Amino acid sequence: MSRIATFFESSENATTPRKERKKVLIAYLTVGYPTIEATLEVVPALLEGGCDMIELGIPFSDPLADGTTIQRASHRALQQGVTPKLCLEVAHELRQRVDAPLIFMSYYNPLLRYGLEAFCAASAQGGIDGLIVPDLPPEEGAELERLAERHQMDLIYLLAPTTTRERLRLVAARSRGFIYVVSLRGVTGAREALPTDLEDFIARVRGITSKPLCVGFGIATPEQARRVATLADGVILGSRIVEILESSEPRSIGAAAGAFIRQIRNAISPH
Amino acid sequence: MKILNKEQLPDPLGHFGKFGGKFVPETLMAALEALEKAYREAQHDAGFQERLAALLRDYAGRPTPLYFAAKLTEHCGGARIYLKREDLAHTGAHKINNTLGQGLLAERMGKRRIVAETGAGQHGVATATVCAMLGLECVVYMGEKDIRRQSLNVFRMRLLGAEVRPVSSGSQTLKDAINEAIRDWVTNVDSTHYLLGSVVGPHPYPMMVRDFQLVIGREARHQILEATGRLPDYAIACVGGGSNAMGIFHPLANDPEVKLIGVEAAGLGLDTGKHSASLAGGSIGVLHGMKSYLLQDEAGQIRETHSISAGLDYPGVGPEHSYYKESGRASYVAVNDEEALEGFQLLCQQEGIIPALEPAHAIYYAAKLASQLSKDQIILVNLSGRGDKDMDIVAKALGVHL
Repeated sequence: MSRIATFFESSENATTPRKERKKVLIAYLTVGYPTIEATLEVVPALLEGGCDMIELGIPFSDPLADGTTIQRASHRALQQGVTPKLCLEVAHELRQRVDAPLIFMSYYNPLLRYGLEAFCAASAQGGIDGLIVPDLPPEEGAELERLAERHQMDLIYLLAPTTTRERLRLVAARSRGFIYVVSLRGVTGAREALPTDLEDFIARVRGITSKPLCVGFGIATPEQARRVATLADGVILGSRIVEILESSEPRSIGAAAGAFIRQIRNAISPH
Repeated sequence: MKILNKEQLPDPLGHFGKFGGKFVPETLMAALEALEKAYREAQHDAGFQERLAALLRDYAGRPTPLYFAAKLTEHCGGARIYLKREDLAHTGAHKINNTLGQGLLAERMGKRRIVAETGAGQHGVATATVCAMLGLECVVYMGEKDIRRQSLNVFRMRLLGAEVRPVSSGSQTLKDAINEAIRDWVTNVDSTHYLLGSVVGPHPYPMMVRDFQLVIGREARHQILEATGRLPDYAIACVGGGSNAMGIFHPLANDPEVKLIGVEAAGLGLDTGKHSASLAGGSIGVLHGMKSYLLQDEAGQIRETHSISAGLDYPGVGPEHSYYKESGRASYVAVNDEEALEGFQLLCQQEGIIPALEPAHAIYYAAKLASQLSKDQIILVNLSGRGDKDMDIVAKALGVHL
């Protein structure tokens, strides 16, 4: 069983009714933004602050599922020479320091160029537990699924509010580790408000599958995180964290990220 | 030469051999499925087909003529050169064939808002035109670099009632305009149709745009048989995304005697890295929802491209062209900025026709090839657009102050 699946099915969680379980908090950051040193410092700080899993974003030149915040971070990281190879080294370095599940988030082309087989082998070697590829639907994902499984990694697929009933079943059947539920119609980025029909959407998904559901896109505040945590098994924050990294002084960047994630943790933990 | 299988391509998942497919965020998958369903229904709906045919005739001015370029032929001293005059279609390029088709389809699907990308502005103008005629809201994304070099077309789009949104990310050209159009579509997918302008992107776009452009090749095939009693030895077209080329190639693909040649933009030269020749100088990857040949670096990042012609300045190419390249059915060559300018002037001077810089690449190659062939051979060139939009660029390149 992968580290991600183990996390969701750990003894304390598996025996607790779903509603009372500890909610999983997942943080995204772009590797190498603003610097490689910052990534190495921020990840342990996020985990210290109460985060459970980390999504490490491999920057791509054309991130079409991302809003302006992550576009900007990706662009900056690329300007500083961040490559998939360097991301693998960073993951390996982090794995020496932390135990939490680490997930790579990458568009498909950098993986394809690296070689899917070689990338999966190197990722597993580097201590990566799962992959999220936002431009790879199950229809095109069979090969990567097979390779990820061979290396004990989970390929995590995404669901969206526009997903049809037939596709809900397809994605639910094929996703491993958890299902990444996109909260809204749109790209990543902090929003003032989440969609009003989020409850109905999650209920629709829950009616199809018992796999863990983690909700991301648009979530930026403790209040939003609390609302999502009452509906799903996990909450994913990305752009807001990148914004905090963007506005922090280099010397306090870890502390700022840790303090923010602690607020979110406090908001979503059952009292 | 290899002949293509007669099988229907793409396959049900949108693959042309190992190319094509649907590599998009999940949010768009349902919209792509709905689009494909609506398109297939429209294909078999006599009412839809009649309306499209009538608009192509009465509004776009089809069929466009096939013109024997006698003086250019004489100048080259070899094969006879025929031009398929897409420059004479309404809005000045072949783009109108596709925008009429997709505009009617959007209306049929009840989508009243259209987003589109544009490079040279030709597709943007053709989209704005059809939206004005059908009463649809129109937003066109255009890279800031392209806005600067194609300002006349920006003005035309605005006159036609479209909102032109500048894109300042990345290379500020067509690639980035497509990224922004897709982001808009992901956000407004329920109300909006993405009117993609070339045979690129996720399935069903490469198939659907090709089908709407087949009218070029079907007419040309018929016209050249009428004019000469036989098929041409060569069909030549410029390739950016590849819609005008696919439009003329596809109806000739099962005629083994016709050699198909796509002309890409070599920019400052293939060896400088500053070009847009994905097939001649690229490698296989995934961009904008399709697997195809791309210009990318060793890490899989998309490279910045260059061409004097904004319409060819794109790091990818339609997946069916990649399939034609791999199967050997078509060959792809590259013509640089300087040569394209030469082709541009040649057609002005020899025929009194001002071509767009995009087909000027094809003209240059065709003229060079013609001079090496015998007088009983025939070259068919798709003259995909007219050059009014390029006056500023050409003047600047020739050192003239307007």
